[in-house]
Amino acid sequence: MVADTSSTQNISLKLRVWRQAGPDQEGRFVDYQAENLNSNMSFLELLDVVNDDLERRGEDPIAFAHDCREGICGTCSLVIDGKPHGPHHGIASCQTYVRSFKDGDTVVVEPYRAKPFPVQRDLITDRAAFDEIQQAGGFISVRTGSACDANAVPIPKEDADLAMDAAACIGCGACVAACKNASAMLFVGAKVSQFALLPQGQPERDQRVLNMVAKMDELGFGNCTNQYECSAACPKLISHDFIAKLNKEYLQASVRSAFKARSSV
Amino acid sequence: MATLNSNIPPGELADKWSTYKANMKLVNPANKRKYKVIVVGAGLAGGSAAATMAELGYKVDCFVFHDSPRRAHSIAAQGGINAAKNYQNDGDSVYRLFYDTVKGGDYRSREANVHRLAEVSTNIIDQCVAQGVPFAREYGGLLDNRSFGGAQVSRTFYARGQTGQQLLLGAYSALSKMIGAGAVTMHNNSEMLDLVLVDGQAKGIVVRNLNSGAVTCHAADCVVLATGGYGNVFNLSTYARNSNATAAWRAYKQGACFANPCFTQIHPTCIPVSGDYQSKLTLMSESLRNDGRIWVPKKAEDCDKNPNDIPEADRDYFLERIYPSFGNLAPRDVSSRAAKRMCDEDRGVGPTKLGVYLDFSDAIQRLGADTVRARYGNLFDIYKEITDESAYETPMRIFPAVHYTMGGLWVDYNLMSNIPGLFVLGEANFSDHGANRLGASALMQGLADGYFVAPYTVGNYLATQKPGSAPSIDEPAFKAAVANVQELTQRLLKTKGKETVAHFHKRLGKIMWDHCGMARTKEGLEEALKLIPALREEFWANVNVPGSDDHLNQALEKAGRLADFLELGELMCRDALTREESCGGHFREEYQHADGECLRDDENFAHVAAWEYQGEGNLPHRLTEDLNYQTVKMSTRSYK
Repeated sequence: MVADTSSTQNISLKLRVWRQAGPDQEGRFVDYQAENLNSNMSFLELLDVVNDDLERRGEDPIAFAHDCREGICGTCSLVIDGKPHGPHHGIASCQTYVRSFKDGDTVVVEPYRAKPFPVQRDLITDRAAFDEIQQAGGFISVRTGSACDANAVPIPKEDADLAMDAAACIGCGACVAACKNASAMLFVGAKVSQFALLPQGQPERDQRVLNMVAKMDELGFGNCTNQYECSAACPKLISHDFIAKLNKEYLQASVRSAFKARSSV
Repeated sequence: MATLNSNIPPGELADKWSTYKANMKLVNPANKRKYKVIVVGAGLAGGSAAATMAELGYKVDCFVFHDSPRRAHSIAAQGGINAAKNYQNDGDSVYRLFYDTVKGGDYRSREANVHRLAEVSTNIIDQCVAQGVPFAREYGGLLDNRSFGGAQVSRTFYARGQTGQQLLLGAYSALSKMIGAGAVTMHNNSEMLDLVLVDGQAKGIVVRNLNSGAVTCHAADCVVLATGGYGNVFNLSTYARNSNATAAWRAYKQGACFANPCFTQIHPTCIPVSGDYQSKLTLMSESLRNDGRIWVPKKAEDCDKNPNDIPEADRDYFLERIYPSFGNLAPRDVSSRAAKRMCDEDRGVGPTKLGVYLDFSDAIQRLGADTVRARYGNLFDIYKEITDESAYETPMRIFPAVHYTMGGLWVDYNLMSNIPGLFVLGEANFSDHGANRLGASALMQGLADGYFVAPYTVGNYLATQKPGSAPSIDEPAFKAAVANVQELTQRLLKTKGKETVAHFHKRLGKIMWDHCGMARTKEGLEEALKLIPALREEFWANVNVPGSDDHLNQALEKAGRLADFLELGELMCRDALTREESCGGHFREEYQHADGECLRDDENFAHVAAWEYQGEGNLPHRLTEDLNYQTVKMSTRSYK
């Protein structure tokens, strides 16, 4: 026997979904009954099925953000039963399957709730603030064509691997949604750490962390109070060690820039 | 009628690009800021082009339909990026990468373009490492490589199973820097709905803001499209759900020729379809074929057995059997068709019988589970999430799925379409992969076009335009384009029929997969050419798009994209019908060797077929560009 024929079940769920017509409108929960669902269906496919029904009746479908549906683009951003990306660790909303729920369950679906991520419509939030933080310093300045040979600077495998752990961030914002302070420090910590771990990232190391943190504060993200809900919600399991690294980088850079400011006078 | 001049520069193949670059017209630094360039798309090609042109000093306006440029579907590429670095000392070279790509494309690509691609491949790796892309490394600190299909050297650079993500984030960081510096104006949530021509040249676009519904005009000195491929015409594919052909298709309707639309790639290793509700197919990276062995039972009656209970003697490792020298690393088109043949012989596995095994038990025995986990752990995790099965214990089941489109808007050597001022980069153009793309070459082409080709060739074009001569958006051409866009939107909203957009998309996908998929026939394509116009008529009579155009309306977005797919699908079938040969991903059952391999017709079809729009209700013209092979000898492509 092949596993997935025997494991397929049909179940019914009650969805309690946040509906909000626009950024300045009042929102409310609306209930939808979803019957006869194949347990191998993804959670987003479940919303497709509900929407298909709504559209057929000429009603507005539930707006939700999605694109790659394989957990890498970072577009999907549902809060399912109070948890960003749903009940399981280390996956995005699009990788949550109906088999995670029991027949007859009521499932509450909401958008991210964080001031820097205002609701656009229904389950879609505006996460442009992350782009702004990136623009403030999340890069290594290298003009196209000016790079030296890729093997000219060997990088210890451990450093490259750790940089990759940090770089795996998909920019979905679940860390912010999970945090009671709406802190973006896991997101910022991951980007700052990736570049701080690599030799190519050294010249702009201090300025990068100072600028990114300043922008993060300016945009209204809160501070970290070390409860690590962020890494628990992170679909890529980015470690909160990178928050510690961010703090260290920030402190070092602040001290160094204070001395630099004095010596340049 | 359009004329197709490839503008391939003269000279020896290996010198063409450097000689050409050395003789290009330049724009002086003080004048660069007087030119505006519109870039549509911010994947590997668009993001790298926008960043690089902004660095050069041009004013760049970049448009994406995503909420952030970091979401483009380049991000989902898993396996790697090819480059002729020869870091493994295994005999790789620019020539060999060029040759493999031309052969892999079944001799239906342009030699000069492919050679340039192979030349700049090495610069890409340098550039990305300098940006902080954390490629996999060896313990000595140097870059690691792996092998991919269609090559006998290890030239693929990778970052775990997330190479596309890391390369895209590299381009995104370069783009972010330029946005922060004010050199790029970024327009997120903005879908291009028309191309605007002024005096026959591409000078602007019309976009709809997907959040507010506002339709606006944007004028520039030239337009660069990097909007990806059109595989979602099949509905089910490995593309992101929102990937679409609208920008390219609207450019086609403004006169840009569409080349080789029937050249689509079916990737051999995807997770099989499980039900009617399915919205997306998930790829299992080709890199798995480095260590996984593909097989089906020798006897049809074994297909329902637990694969672990089928003895070695009763297994048919069909790729190793048919293609002993490339084995499980045979190219994608070849491997996909072989899997289909096994299923056609009733030896497919899984509940739908449309699947073959990809088995790691040998690798686990040879290397240990930990090494296999280190190499492919994230892919095994994805497989487990979707199927609820562990590939450490039981073989994966895989089946081919639509993955990439080699066809696209026709471009010359400068990556400029037949409309002056309209450049097309990355998957959106047709240029480098011929009839079949090799694994790990899409990332290479996207970044080659964006970082190292277009910034030169666009400058060469801009030097022919007077600085500051971009038109005003008050020109009648813009007004007409806006009216056109609004009329289409209202038509969609006012139909108020009984069926959803998704319903029609599924039906189109089925027609395309049945008749224009892995195997095509004259009868099937003729049938599709009747079915698609009928479906299109039904769509316009009976689609129901709720809501209005002045708010975020995802149903309206989908409807507009499907309207274009319903036209593009027809062109694909027409192209497939006209190309009376088999080559690469285009397999016509009538044209095959006795062993089932592609039978090319070089005498009659060694050309690019580029289709020119002739207005609604008229058949498009089929133009051709002959492919002249001066360096590589065209031969029967064999991986045996």
